[in-house]
Amino acid sequence: MRIDLTCLRTGLLLALVAAATLPGSARGAEPTESAAAAGENKDGADWKTWQVNNEVTDVASVQRGARNFVSYCMGCHSIKYERWSRLGADLGIPAEVLQKQLIPPGDKPTDYILTTMPAKDAEAWFGKVPPDLSLMARARGRDYLYQFLKTFYVDSTRQTGANNLRLPTTAMPDVLSELEGLKRAVFRDVQERGEGGEVNHTLVFDHFEPVAPGRLTPAQYDSFVRDTVNFLDYASEPTQAARRSLGLWVVLFLLLFTWLAWQMKREYWKDVH
Amino acid sequence: MAAQPAGTAPAKSGLWAWINKRLPVSEFIEEQLTGYYAPKNFNIWYFFGSLALLVLVLQLVTGIFLTMFYKVGEATSFDSVEYIMREVRFGWLIRYLHSSGASAFFIVVYLHMFRALLYGSYKKPRELLWLFGMLVYLALMAEAFMGYVLPWGNMSFWGAQVIVNLFGTIPGIGPGLVEWIRGDYGIADATLNRFFALHVVALPLGLLLLVALHLVALRRTGSNNPDGIEIKEKLGADGKPLDGIPFHPYYTVKDVVGVGVFFVLFAIVVFFVPTFGGLFLEGPNFEPANPLSTPEHIAPVWYFTPFYAILRAVPNQRMGALLMLLAVVSFLFLPWLDRSPVKSMRYRGPLSRIALTLFAIAFVALGYLGLQPAEGLYVILARIFAVIYFAYFWLMPWYSKIDSVKPVPERVVYHAH
Repeated sequence: MRIDLTCLRTGLLLALVAAATLPGSARGAEPTESAAAAGENKDGADWKTWQVNNEVTDVASVQRGARNFVSYCMGCHSIKYERWSRLGADLGIPAEVLQKQLIPPGDKPTDYILTTMPAKDAEAWFGKVPPDLSLMARARGRDYLYQFLKTFYVDSTRQTGANNLRLPTTAMPDVLSELEGLKRAVFRDVQERGEGGEVNHTLVFDHFEPVAPGRLTPAQYDSFVRDTVNFLDYASEPTQAARRSLGLWVVLFLLLFTWLAWQMKREYWKDVH
Repeated sequence: MAAQPAGTAPAKSGLWAWINKRLPVSEFIEEQLTGYYAPKNFNIWYFFGSLALLVLVLQLVTGIFLTMFYKVGEATSFDSVEYIMREVRFGWLIRYLHSSGASAFFIVVYLHMFRALLYGSYKKPRELLWLFGMLVYLALMAEAFMGYVLPWGNMSFWGAQVIVNLFGTIPGIGPGLVEWIRGDYGIADATLNRFFALHVVALPLGLLLLVALHLVALRRTGSNNPDGIEIKEKLGADGKPLDGIPFHPYYTVKDVVGVGVFFVLFAIVVFFVPTFGGLFLEGPNFEPANPLSTPEHIAPVWYFTPFYAILRAVPNQRMGALLMLLAVVSFLFLPWLDRSPVKSMRYRGPLSRIALTLFAIAFVALGYLGLQPAEGLYVILARIFAVIYFAYFWLMPWYSKIDSVKPVPERVVYHAH
């Protein structure tokens, strides 16, 4: 756990600095409409149906997500296909703010977003190198990430002291517990008669029980996760907002073109009887 | 436009005449476009041939640009695709055009093939036209499969693993053949490199040659039409088919409308749903190839899934591979399986109509089943639809012969709009 605390400490420091300066950060921890709209069960019984419903055009939310990433994820995870300068340009973050508050000391804006944790150490500490997050939102899906970050629970049988519903036996420690608090998972013992008449026991997740509160309220933590997933969604395809806005014009042009072509065809075909 | 070539007599002087004295441009246009008569009763099914040509050009052009930035190799392929997606100016557009273009190609080709089944376009005298078309389809399948491996995502890797291993079921030479194809003991750098060579050089050349032969054969026999009547048999006083109209300008302007509609739909996919819910670009392919981690379900891209479903419906792998091969090559025999005296479904009886309808349903259902895990009800359904699939082809000599037919009209049915 010593390692995680180091991660967290540097992260928190950055977060505080970033929170003070980034546009939109004032709203950072406020519950959003989407949190209320999700209609999720308080105890998490319906976690498999949770949807993040994020919107990458919500730049303020993506900015908050970037701040969250730098504070809490970058200690271990990289976004190796994105450069800092690209992040700054896409999210409208001024160069000085970017350099001072987001880019690790010694890195240049044209560098890629890389963790400073050596892969060799990571493997020794966690058993595997934490995956690069550039494409995670595309590979696994946004809802997957959302569910993953919200279904950590205390599990003393795990080396990290934590387990996860979305990714059981995950190697990742519950690094966000400091914000979310700790929760316990309560399982039901479901008994079924097997083919030979023997009783089979399966443990089925029933609900979460809070163990210790975190710094954020559940609603605040929910917004925190949504912003973070929103950022990872953006990072998985930085061009997606531009793609959609260009697409609208392309389709409109093509509709006009098709209409003109149709008029021309009708004119030519008048003499076919 | 002083030198207007189409439909006019070659000028006696000037640049146009100079060129035509040295290159038969005028004659070519006259023979292939303005003097080529096509039946006037083409319907919506007749857009897909020109659209297939359009998509071929689109794939060639976008492919050339992708090749400028793509770096083939186990260590570089995945990274270079992301480089194209993120750092090459409009690289994302080129890549999505190419990846969506692959699916569009198959959609257009499948509709084009269905048209042939619907109006008996494979029947005498168009057997070679049909065979060349089917060879284009086979080459296209190889081209698409190898192209799918190039991004070197995890589905690329495992898909290649599954498909290449099918050759291992060939008795005797199987294992050696698989090794020869891969160039290594597993799907590896050597495999990726040779697939790249085949995808960007060998197969496109083959495709272009086959498409050219397909078009030359078409010019010899002329197009079939929804009524299945040979328009060459009813000539006017001027020696031109009474039911024909010059391809240019009539069908060029009409095809442009088809191109417009196609591009609207295509642009919606490219700009708004480029992964098409995981059908055109699959989720696991956004993770780099990993020989140690198998994706949850290995499924080929949707255009192969009807055949993949047949493969998995058979318990014995060797038999499965054989039936899958048969499912593809069955199309080649159609001209000789069909014993009906008429071409078009319009004048065929209920047996042929039911057979074709069931076949179309089975093809789509198998395509769906190929995307599902091979277990329980899915396998049983796949077996039922596989039987229907093969029954369409191999019972055809029987049902097409005993089926009732309606009288075929002398002239094509055409209502001016």
